[in-house]
Amino acid sequence: MKAAKSVILYALAILWLVIAGYPYAYMFATSLKDQSGFFQDPTGLIGKYTLDSYKLVFELGLFRYFANSVIISVICVGLVIILACMVSYCLARMRFFLNRPLYFIFIAGMMIPVHTTLIPVYILTREMGLYDQLWALVGPYIAFSLPVSVIILTQFAREIPGELEEAAIMDGAGRTRTFVSVILPLLAPATATVGIYNFIHIWNEFVFALILISTKARMTLPLGLREFYAEFSVNVPGIMAALTLGSLPLLIAYFISQEKVVSGISAGAVKG
Amino acid sequence: MAGDAARIRRQNKLGKGLFLLFFIGPALLIYAVYNIYPIFATFYYSLFDWTGIQAEKTFLGLENYANLMKDRVFFRSLGNNVLLVFASVFTQIPLGLALALLLQSKIKGMRFFRTVYFLPFLMSTVAIAILWMFIYNPTFGVLNGLLSDLGLQSLQRSWLGEKSTAMGAVIATICWQFVPFYMILLRAGLTGIPEELLEAARIDGCTPWGTFTRITLPLLMPTIITSATLSTIGSLKYFDLIFVMTEGGPDSATELMATYMYKQAFRFFSMGYASAISSCMFILAFIAAAAILSLDRVRSRGGY
Repeated sequence: MKAAKSVILYALAILWLVIAGYPYAYMFATSLKDQSGFFQDPTGLIGKYTLDSYKLVFELGLFRYFANSVIISVICVGLVIILACMVSYCLARMRFFLNRPLYFIFIAGMMIPVHTTLIPVYILTREMGLYDQLWALVGPYIAFSLPVSVIILTQFAREIPGELEEAAIMDGAGRTRTFVSVILPLLAPATATVGIYNFIHIWNEFVFALILISTKARMTLPLGLREFYAEFSVNVPGIMAALTLGSLPLLIAYFISQEKVVSGISAGAVKG
Repeated sequence: MAGDAARIRRQNKLGKGLFLLFFIGPALLIYAVYNIYPIFATFYYSLFDWTGIQAEKTFLGLENYANLMKDRVFFRSLGNNVLLVFASVFTQIPLGLALALLLQSKIKGMRFFRTVYFLPFLMSTVAIAILWMFIYNPTFGVLNGLLSDLGLQSLQRSWLGEKSTAMGAVIATICWQFVPFYMILLRAGLTGIPEELLEAARIDGCTPWGTFTRITLPLLMPTIITSATLSTIGSLKYFDLIFVMTEGGPDSATELMATYMYKQAFRFFSMGYASAISSCMFILAFIAAAAILSLDRVRSRGGY
C-alpha cells in the first residue's frame, strides 16, 4: 500500500517534470543542432552539437537588444528602489494628513490594466518628443513598478522599531540624514525582494516597448526576439539560440539565489 | 519666549512639509503622469472620432460605446476573455495546488523537482510564445511528432491555425507558464498550516481526504482567494502571449479585448474607438476586483 502510494507520487512528479522541463530541454538541444540535424530529428534531444547558431545570433545583432534591455532594466530598477524607499519611509514613519489617501492611491494602481493607459501614454510620449527612444520606457516602467514596491516597502518600514530613529534624532541627525544612514540600511532585505520582482517584470515587459519603440536598434530583448522570429523563422536552431540567451539572465539569477527569486516573485501577490 | 516657540514650531512644520514634498513628490509626479492621468484621458478620448495623429477630433458623445455594443468581434473577444478567466482559475490554481501538495510529500529528490517545476515562470512571455509556436508547428512540431510516435496521426492538427483548436492551444501554453506561480503561492500558504492540526486530525482517525477538505482547504482559502483575484484580473488584461502567437487569429478565434484594442489603436488608428474598448476593460477589471473582494468579505464573515 505504502509502496504503491509512493510509486504513484513518483509517476506524477515525473510526469510534470517532463511537462515543465521538456520545452526547456528542447529549446536548448535545438539551439545546439545545425539546420540539417534539426530537420532530420526535430524533436530529439541528442544529436551532433555545434555552437554555430550562437555565433550567428550575435552576428545578427542580438547583442544590441540585450544591451538595451540591460540598460533600461538597471536604470528603472535603481530609480524605482530609490523612489519607493523615499515614499515608503514617509508613509510608514510620518504622520501627515494625506498619508492614508496617498497609500490608497498607490495600492489602487495594482488594479489598473496596462491597456487602459496605452493610448494616452503613446500620445504623451509623442508630444514630449521621446517617441522611439529607449528613454521613453523609463516613465511607464517606473510608474507601473511603484505600487507593488511601495506596498512591500511600507509594510516592511512599519516594522522598524521607533527607538532607532529617535536615537538618531537625539544625536542631532536631521530627517534626511536619519533616512540615509538608519532607515535605508534596515530596508535592504526588502529592497532585494522588490528589486528582483521589478527586474523580472521589466526585463520581460512587452507592450509598452511595442507601442513606444519602432527602430530596431532601440528595441529591447522581447521585441528583438519577435523580430528574430519574423526574419529567420526557417532557421530554427538560430531562433532557439536567441531564446536560450534571452532566458539566461533570469535562469542564472535563479540558480544563484533560488530563495530570493521565489520570494521576489511571490511578493507581487501582496494584499493591500 | 512664547513667540520663539511658535516660530520654531512653524519652522518645523515648514521643514516637514518640504521634506514630504521632496520625498514623495518625484514618485507621485511620475505615477500621476503615467498611471492616473491616462485613465481619465482614455475615458475622454473615447468620446471622439480620432486618428491620434491628426490634431482634429470629432466629438461623438457615446457613439463609440453604442457601436461597441453592436460589434461582434468585441463580444467574441469579451467571450474569449471570460473563457480565459475560467480556464485560468479552474486549471492553474488546482494544478498549482496539486503540485504544491506533491512537493510536500516526502519523496526523494524534491528539491530537484521543485527547481524544474518553477522554470516555466522564468522565461519571458515572448520567448514562451515563440517556443510554443514551434511545439505546435504542423510540420515539424513536437506535439504532432509525439502523436505520430504514438500512432495517433489522425489527431495531428495545425494547432494554432485551426479555429477549433487555437484557443485551447493558447490556453494550454498560458497554463504552462502560470502553474508554477500559483504553486509557489499555495506552497507558502501550505507551510503556514500548523503541523499539530494535521497530526491531531490523523490521530482522530480522519482520512487523508477528510483532512484535506476539512482542515487544509479551509485554512488555505485566503491564499486561494488571492490567487483567484490575481488570476482573474490577469486574464482580463491578457495580451502578450496571444499577440505573439496568433495576433488574435485565425478569424478572431483567439481575439482578446486587449489584442482587439491594440489593433484598433495602432493598426487602424481608430484611437477613439480603441479608447472605448480600453475603458470597458478598466470597468470590467474594476467590477471583477470589487466582486471578488466583497465575496471574500461575505465568506470571512461566515466565519470559516
